[in-house]
Amino acid sequence: MSPGTQEPPITPDAATPVPTPAVPTPPARIWSPLWELVLARLREFFREPAAIFWTYGFPTVLALALGVAFSGGTDPKAIPIAVLDGPRQAARVEVLQQDPALGVVAVSEDEARRRFQGARIVLAVGGDDEARFLFDPTNPEADATRRRVDDLLQRAAGRKDAVATRTDLVQAPGSRYIDFLIPGLIGMNVMSSSMWGIGYALVEARKRKLLKRLAATPMKRSHFVGSFLIARMVFLVTEVAAILAFAVPVFDVQFQGSILAAALLSIAGAMAFAGLGLVAASRTTSTETVSGLMNIIMLPMFVLSGVFFSASHFPDWMQTFIRPLPLTLLNDGLRAVINEGAGLGDVALPLLALTGGALLTLTVGLRWFRWT
Amino acid sequence: MPLAIEVHNLVHKYGEVTAVNGIDLEVSEGECFGLLGPNGAGKTTTVEILEGLLEPTSGVVRVLGQTWNGDANALRQRLGIALQETTLADRLTVREIVILFRSFHDHGVDPDEVLATVALTDKKDDWVMKLSGGQKQRLAIACALVGDPDLLFLDEPTTGLDPQARRDLWEVVGNVVRRGKTCLLTTHYMEEAERLCHRVAIVDKGKVIALGTPAELIGRVGGSQVLEFGSVPEMTAEALEGLPGVREVRQVLDRWRLTVDAAHEAVPALLDRLQRSGANLTALSTHQASLDDVFVVLTGRTLRGDA
Repeated sequence: MSPGTQEPPITPDAATPVPTPAVPTPPARIWSPLWELVLARLREFFREPAAIFWTYGFPTVLALALGVAFSGGTDPKAIPIAVLDGPRQAARVEVLQQDPALGVVAVSEDEARRRFQGARIVLAVGGDDEARFLFDPTNPEADATRRRVDDLLQRAAGRKDAVATRTDLVQAPGSRYIDFLIPGLIGMNVMSSSMWGIGYALVEARKRKLLKRLAATPMKRSHFVGSFLIARMVFLVTEVAAILAFAVPVFDVQFQGSILAAALLSIAGAMAFAGLGLVAASRTTSTETVSGLMNIIMLPMFVLSGVFFSASHFPDWMQTFIRPLPLTLLNDGLRAVINEGAGLGDVALPLLALTGGALLTLTVGLRWFRWT
Repeated sequence: MPLAIEVHNLVHKYGEVTAVNGIDLEVSEGECFGLLGPNGAGKTTTVEILEGLLEPTSGVVRVLGQTWNGDANALRQRLGIALQETTLADRLTVREIVILFRSFHDHGVDPDEVLATVALTDKKDDWVMKLSGGQKQRLAIACALVGDPDLLFLDEPTTGLDPQARRDLWEVVGNVVRRGKTCLLTTHYMEEAERLCHRVAIVDKGKVIALGTPAELIGRVGGSQVLEFGSVPEMTAEALEGLPGVREVRQVLDRWRLTVDAAHEAVPALLDRLQRSGANLTALSTHQASLDDVFVVLTGRTLRGDA
């Protein structure tokens, strides 16, 4: 027997009902359910350090690493070439070293061949009176380097140029790798944060029975969905701002086109990916399953949709599949605006396609959605 | 008194499994009604149908005079619900959560007042993840109360809590019940039902097997207290049956088990009888007859599920 049974029951007998005290007058303060739901979403996110890192820190670190690794513009590395052992080695080294674009080493032919294998040299010059070039024809840099070295050797031997020439360097804005990369990173971040932010959060809430508890309240379903979408807008603005606030001063990335067009593209993209997240989460009860589902959706786009390299590298027959992918639409649209100065009219097509995708996925996701 | 809940011939099947198999219930306004039964008896399924979260396979359900086919949101405005083991958001504070739930209701109670009712005022600025199990349950009850509901559903409010946390929660629920709030509570702790509920339906395998006030149900085992003793030499049944207030006499091994109306009358009489027979007492204990005894009598099993 339980020890507590000896204590007097705290409930009055049903036969003698206790008079109900006057109900306290409801306070005048009214709370807006939509606003409280949005606040709850924002608070939960900003109180989670891991989420903050993956949303704001990770893209910035990635931009920094890739930007530094591929920043060809400011300080190009010297092209590594070898001058082979022989009677003319010293003289040729002296001539070629005067060109700062070349990094010259003097080695034996065996050593040079070893260095070709590791791609540590692009070209080797040997031979006696007749200069002999060794290079890999599949390396596009090699033939250009051969001509450059050939020119230097010919001039050093007394060749006179028939025409005087002058070079003006043109550095087109938006043409560097980092310029290509930043819109791709924005697109990637919009995709992953929208999908995780909606899909994972919903399944987690379902797993905890929070969805069921909310379904049992008079909360309007539209307020609940609306709070996710509004919170997503807030995150979107701060995410894009974080990447640009880093890329503009550090890498001098210039925003060429319409800010409105970029904003609308990002919003339409975020809503399309939020819709995909909603579809993935609509009936899933385990966070492992929804993570797998979302990775299946996102992984092909990470590879195909031109985040780190242009989607145009893929063969023509694949383009049919790649072009309509939402991340391809978003990345290409953002690149057109940020790098090529496109306006709203120029990106109308991807903008409409993303908006249509958002409407479709959100509708399907809501129709399939289960609260329990 | 008007009915807060009316259920007729309720059936719910999950595929082949029949979780609720023809339940009838009537709960009056102002009443705290308990559904008592072991795990898997169909209590939670019944409550979730009443809460409008599940569609019944068949049967009639009326909550506060309405069916769930009508204006469901208007009905939800008047209900307060604490589900079994809900983890509300980890990184919101207690007060933020209560305000969130308050915002869903057109009318309600001030969040700070509700936090005082459930004794969480000290914890109002703590994140939910820092709360103990008992505090989380009291928060769940605060969320159920903040809309000032006409009907409160508490599904296993103390499951998984330690004894002290359970007592604290009974205190909170007892206060709410005393104020006349209509309440439907499910539990598999007989002590909880005895303390909090005006009437109890004992549920087993999807059916109501007994219904009444705790006192009525306990009365069915005969007597309200059980007196157990051993003596040398042993007494005979005839010598014990004539004692005042003894309802039933049963020998269990070397002990006698008397079901009595009042221990304070039966014990002195028993001691007197023993003395006159020249017998010495070797053991004596009493316990109050409980709903657990009722369940054992009705099903041959205990509420904890052991045979």
